[in-house]
Amino acid sequence: MSAGPDMKALDELLKGLWDENPVFVQVLGMCPVLAVTNSAVNALAMGGATFFVLMASSLLVSMVRKWVPKAVRISTFIVIIATFVTVADMLLAAWVPDVHKELGAFISLIVVNCLILGRQEAFASRNPIKPALMDAAGMGLGFTFALFLLGASREVLGNGTFFGIDLFGPQFEPWVVMILPPGGFLMLGMILLFFNWMQAKKQARRAAAEGVA
Amino acid sequence: MDSNLLWIFVSAALVNNFTLSMFLGLCPFFGVSARLDTAFRLGLANIFVLIITSLAASALNAWVLPYAPYLRLISFILVIASTVQFVEMVIKRFSPALFKALGIFLPLITTNCAILGLALFQTSREYGVIEGVAFAAGAGVGLTLALVLMAGLREEAELSTIPGIVRGTAMNLIIAGLLSLGFMGFAGLFGQAA
Repeated sequence: MSAGPDMKALDELLKGLWDENPVFVQVLGMCPVLAVTNSAVNALAMGGATFFVLMASSLLVSMVRKWVPKAVRISTFIVIIATFVTVADMLLAAWVPDVHKELGAFISLIVVNCLILGRQEAFASRNPIKPALMDAAGMGLGFTFALFLLGASREVLGNGTFFGIDLFGPQFEPWVVMILPPGGFLMLGMILLFFNWMQAKKQARRAAAEGVA
Repeated sequence: MDSNLLWIFVSAALVNNFTLSMFLGLCPFFGVSARLDTAFRLGLANIFVLIITSLAASALNAWVLPYAPYLRLISFILVIASTVQFVEMVIKRFSPALFKALGIFLPLITTNCAILGLALFQTSREYGVIEGVAFAAGAGVGLTLALVLMAGLREEAELSTIPGIVRGTAMNLIIAGLLSLGFMGFAGLFGQAA
């Protein structure tokens, strides 16, 4: 246990970003991941909303964790999450009405994002406030990062733009299928394939190093 | 009026298939599609919960939400959770064998976004009670169809030679992408992409 308390908190944050990335490694919360990532802006708005809900719910769940009876814990978490999603929904409607309109029901559907409920059950309800917040921040950032990667690559390929700015000029023939539903499945499949490939290479390297030693 | 109901049904089942073109209910779609018979039974349970939810959402929309619109999300999710609990109790009482076969997937219907999505879409499209039921039935049939197709393809893929790094979720996603491409063909069925 040479790592100090600060190191440990940082670990909670970093594991969500890469080693336990909620989308690429745990494959949680797929519905919003695929549905709203047809442009970089939508992906960022969705990531931001999810981040907010995850942080707020983790904070509250961690605060009340000692008083919630085990039998009704899931219902309690769901009601807490639904409350914060309602808040996020109203905030987005007030600040960025255009994006809110485009995301539509998917903002409300953050309630049933298994990532959020999963973190409450697996982490926030068993840990004090500080690690719970760090965990939520890591998972939220990892989720946003994955959404952004997917949204940006789909927008560039399927529309030839990035944040609405034209990238390739008029000769570019957009690969339209990428911003349609099948493109979401295909692109995420490709990204996961890349992740698996990196993982396999890493393992092979480790095995080779052990063989030498 | 009748053709309108038919259109709502077909649209929800094929043209705007909940799973493959609206990305709702992907967790069971990838989680429970390893075996054909389990996938089919889960689809049936989903149809039932969808129809009950649709009725409950209509009732809430008519009597409660005009007075307290900010309660929409919370009341919908509570109704869904209690419906699933109720279905679980009924199945356990009358058919313990089926209850055992469905296992953990029965309570997990609560967090299936297709169910909450149905209630929300039904509200935003201002469907009446009967239209809502047609919508729910169509969505359920579409969900079951997608689950069964996916399970069939995955059972086949189990037996084929596939490189190790592609196996698992990456392959499932690419299969789903191809299925989704196929379902896009239904958009031409009625001469318009609704």
